[in-house]
Amino acid sequence: MSAPLIRMTGVSVAYGGTPPVLHGIDFVLEPGEIVTIVGPNGSGKSTFLKAALGMVAPAAGRVVRARGLRVGYVPQRLHLDPSLPLTVARFLTLGQALDRAEMEALLRRVGVPGLAGRNMATLSGGQFQRVLLARALAARPQLLALDEPTQGLDQPGIAAFYRLIEDVRQELGCAVLLVSHDLHVVMSASDRVLCLNGHICCQGTPSAVSAAPEYRALFGLGTGGALALYRHEHDHGHEHAGHATAHEVHSHDA
Amino acid sequence: MMLDDFMLRALLAGMMVAAAAGPLGCFVIWRRMAYFGDATAHAAILGVALALTFSISIFVGTLATALMMAVLVSTLAGRGWAMDTTLGVLAHSALALGLVAVSFLPRVRVDLTAYLFGDILTVSWSELWVIGGGAAAVLLLILWRWSGLLTATISEELAQSSGIRPDLERLALTLALALTVAASLRVVGALLIAAMLIVPAAAARVYARSPEGMAMLAVLFGWIAVVAGLGMSLQLDTPAGPSIVTAAAAIFTLSVGGAGLWRALRPRG
Repeated sequence: MSAPLIRMTGVSVAYGGTPPVLHGIDFVLEPGEIVTIVGPNGSGKSTFLKAALGMVAPAAGRVVRARGLRVGYVPQRLHLDPSLPLTVARFLTLGQALDRAEMEALLRRVGVPGLAGRNMATLSGGQFQRVLLARALAARPQLLALDEPTQGLDQPGIAAFYRLIEDVRQELGCAVLLVSHDLHVVMSASDRVLCLNGHICCQGTPSAVSAAPEYRALFGLGTGGALALYRHEHDHGHEHAGHATAHEVHSHDA
Repeated sequence: MMLDDFMLRALLAGMMVAAAAGPLGCFVIWRRMAYFGDATAHAAILGVALALTFSISIFVGTLATALMMAVLVSTLAGRGWAMDTTLGVLAHSALALGLVAVSFLPRVRVDLTAYLFGDILTVSWSELWVIGGGAAAVLLLILWRWSGLLTATISEELAQSSGIRPDLERLALTLALALTVAASLRVVGALLIAAMLIVPAAAARVYARSPEGMAMLAVLFGWIAVVAGLGMSLQLDTPAGPSIVTAAAAIFTLSVGGAGLWRALRPRG
């Protein structure tokens, strides 16, 4: 009944003849699970997401997705060429059928009602990201995949956006796979945090330690105290039922 | 006034090319491929030389060299060469090489001007069929793939996540571009094909509110340019191809100027 949405086994990804960006990835995403992927620049976070969704083919290993998996994908901030006239309505109906009412309901849900007639190029950064989210939600996804969705937003904007994703997830009950460039911005609701640096360094539940005042002082209250300690799990996370023991973050540099 | 037969053929040829160039030109602008179009078109002269040497159809010859050029550009760009350098080298080399190759042709006296600037007034009925077939193929290709092309133009990642393959869409555009070059060589000539792609679409951008609207408006502006250019050519005895592009440039100027004037005079709200 609850077969995993995605199962990756021994996955490596390489572009051209270069050394692999990712190697030895074993990962299982269960329905409704919220997983955040963090790691430094160039650690293969986006590639991980693309491999999981089938957007890039693995050089080795296997990626199995549940049959008929509905994915809503929110890309990194896109750069629209100003020579392309594109209204929000046209963008939302690109490749999918939506009527006026559904469109309005979606835009209202993500907090930007009445934008349907606006040109995409005139939107603010926050509005733009919300429209991208609205597009991803249109098909009522079982998995919402977001690739650094808050790039270019200011601190309150980031906080508001993550709160919105949490709300939406509770309504839809979908799984969330989120890539974040910032090691410290991790949703408090994450079931699991994956620390990536070419391979999975460590993974585990974000800790309640995020309530500690010094962390709050560092990262602000915006994300709802959404800070995490990274915990290491010896069995690489098929069950993450709370027996994770705190470890230091490993860093194996090649 | 009676339309002479040659005038009718010229009009038809021009309007068919404009119908294909409108939507394709929009993609050329959106994806910043203007120089890419130029390189492909310039390679057509080399195609003419090869076609005459091996006695094959000029349409096939230009189509082949245009395709080869497009593939070469994509390959070199994929290897990390700067795009403008790659295109600058290839576009002009292809043109020069084509001109040199044509000069080697022994007995055939080639009227180069016809291929450089077009010779729409001498288009025969059989050539008209070829031009029409090429233009129709381009239009059908673009209509068929419209949604995928547009999504891949907006974001390759978004396209991939919906199961669209951006590399296939790029290939479709490359093919459409080569077909357009081969079809419009007789109409506006190798040097001005890129203008037929870009100028009407750029003029349409000023008024368009949607991608589809921009494509249709580009076709309309292209048609007006063909009619006006041919009329001018008839009245003033100017070369037809350059006259059509001049008319398109005038439409662009009026478009941009008119829109600027409208913004300046519009009551502030």
